[in-house]
Amino acid sequence: MCIREIKESVIEFFIKISGFIIILFVFLIFLFLLNDAVLLFKDFPLKEFIFGKRWLPISNPPHFGIVPLLLGSLYVTFFATIICVPVGIASALFIAEIAPKFLRNILKSFIEILASIPSVVLGFVGIVWLGPFLKDTLKLNTGMCGLTGSFLLALMALPTIISISEDAIISVPKSFKEAAFGLGATRWQTLWRVVLPSASSGIIAAIMLGIGRVIGETMVVMMVTGNAPLVPKSILQPLRTLTATIAGEMGEAISGSEHYFALFAVGLVLFIITFIINFLSVILLSRSKK
Amino acid sequence: MNLARIRERIAFTILGLSTLFVILPIFAIVFYIVKNAIGAISWNFILDIPRHGMREGGIYPAIVGTICLVLGTILFSLPLGIMSAIYLVEYANDNFFTKLVKVSIVNLSGIPSIVYGLFGMALFVIFLKLGTSILSGCLTLSIMSLPLIITATKEALEAVPFSFREISLSLGATKWQTIRYCVLPYALPGILTGTVLSLSRAAGETAPILFTVAAFYLPRLPRSIFDQVMALPYHLYVISTQIPNMPLRLSFATAFVLIVLVFLMNLVNVILRIQFRKKKQW
Repeated sequence: MCIREIKESVIEFFIKISGFIIILFVFLIFLFLLNDAVLLFKDFPLKEFIFGKRWLPISNPPHFGIVPLLLGSLYVTFFATIICVPVGIASALFIAEIAPKFLRNILKSFIEILASIPSVVLGFVGIVWLGPFLKDTLKLNTGMCGLTGSFLLALMALPTIISISEDAIISVPKSFKEAAFGLGATRWQTLWRVVLPSASSGIIAAIMLGIGRVIGETMVVMMVTGNAPLVPKSILQPLRTLTATIAGEMGEAISGSEHYFALFAVGLVLFIITFIINFLSVILLSRSKK
Repeated sequence: MNLARIRERIAFTILGLSTLFVILPIFAIVFYIVKNAIGAISWNFILDIPRHGMREGGIYPAIVGTICLVLGTILFSLPLGIMSAIYLVEYANDNFFTKLVKVSIVNLSGIPSIVYGLFGMALFVIFLKLGTSILSGCLTLSIMSLPLIITATKEALEAVPFSFREISLSLGATKWQTIRYCVLPYALPGILTGTVLSLSRAAGETAPILFTVAAFYLPRLPRSIFDQVMALPYHLYVISTQIPNMPLRLSFATAFVLIVLVFLMNLVNVILRIQFRKKKQW
């Protein structure tokens, strides 16, 4: 009996510890990024990092201005969002409310397939097909530009947006729809005026999580956006994102150098951006469940 | 037909077309890769090492490397993931700590993969002195796959009816015995599907392994967990961007093998889910 109780409390202890470890990981990630990032600001002014318009890590003296990278990320994210949000919400509506049951299951498994295609494969397709295709059709100087990245990122964000929006749409109480039908509304009027507004906070959360995915995506943008660390003037030019900078330069940065710390500072910025986005979407989702 | 009906028709058509816009690129991408890869795929390609600066030969070390990484990742993430989910479903009170755990899980799932790569390098490779090794890579990938495993396990545990627990407890079983014998066995299929799903993601990830394990070119198999390995996604990245005059058919074939690997894991997932639905009796 006694052994059993000891066994019980040992197991309980480990299970509680594992919950604690999850929190610990988030703290550790933040701490390790912060720890190396602050070392940059011993010699390099913080103001220069945040507002500097030049990212020239190996020039002398080096410049670590994050503005071109931040703008690069914002450009591709903005255009990817413009492309994927309308299409994503429309598909979610179609899958949740219009498609017959057998079609719904087929469509959902296709969305799962899309979610499982590795980003590096999409990047590869961008290099060999989409980039050259856009270059020829839009008469660009190069196909390796922000737009190519935006298209592929939109594709990557779609599964997130569709599945979470669909959940939100499905969880709208049936009585809402029945009331609208009872008043003589068509199915479309019901969808547009009743279902969509009631599901709105869930859909906004879906969009935000999709945006979070796009900002954090690395391989696709590193492979297809041309990697020019300049302040982008248009989406049709080569540009470079926060993520691609870390992935592309960390291999060359000498451990313990300013460049190395600057890349951790970029990582910290990414962490903070995605942290805020996720935190807000959790709040929105919990509100939509009520 | 009145105006409202016409408008409904138009709207539904637009929604259907949007869905088509989502589905078509999937077909196009998969078809495009399969079509271009099919000529280059052979047993020789799968079982040979890369030769001549990776411009010839096969991808065997990269396949083995990815399999090593996936297996190592399960080893760390599955026990921890299941225990955290058990904590959340069976033990947690509705207090601040629990909320913190839940928020942490959501935030872990949102952290960009490249940030995991940075963190893995700082903690495992440098701070814990594990070096760029399979161990560092697996640890990094496991932290990244935790959120998916926890969420799936949590759902699976919650789906087990409460009465199962009540009956077991009323027969004098302890809380752990109840979980071990009356909850976990019924939640197992759900846990497995979540695990396979997260592993298929881990298999395709490149950014977290860039600085923690992936070798640019290492045409032999790993000897210990402290060895570097080649990995399929990183190999595809390398040959499609870093190697000049790379024969495209080999890139296509590598992409094809990677996709097949990931799809196979998804197929296992679908089969598990169907089995589960058949067996479910409550």
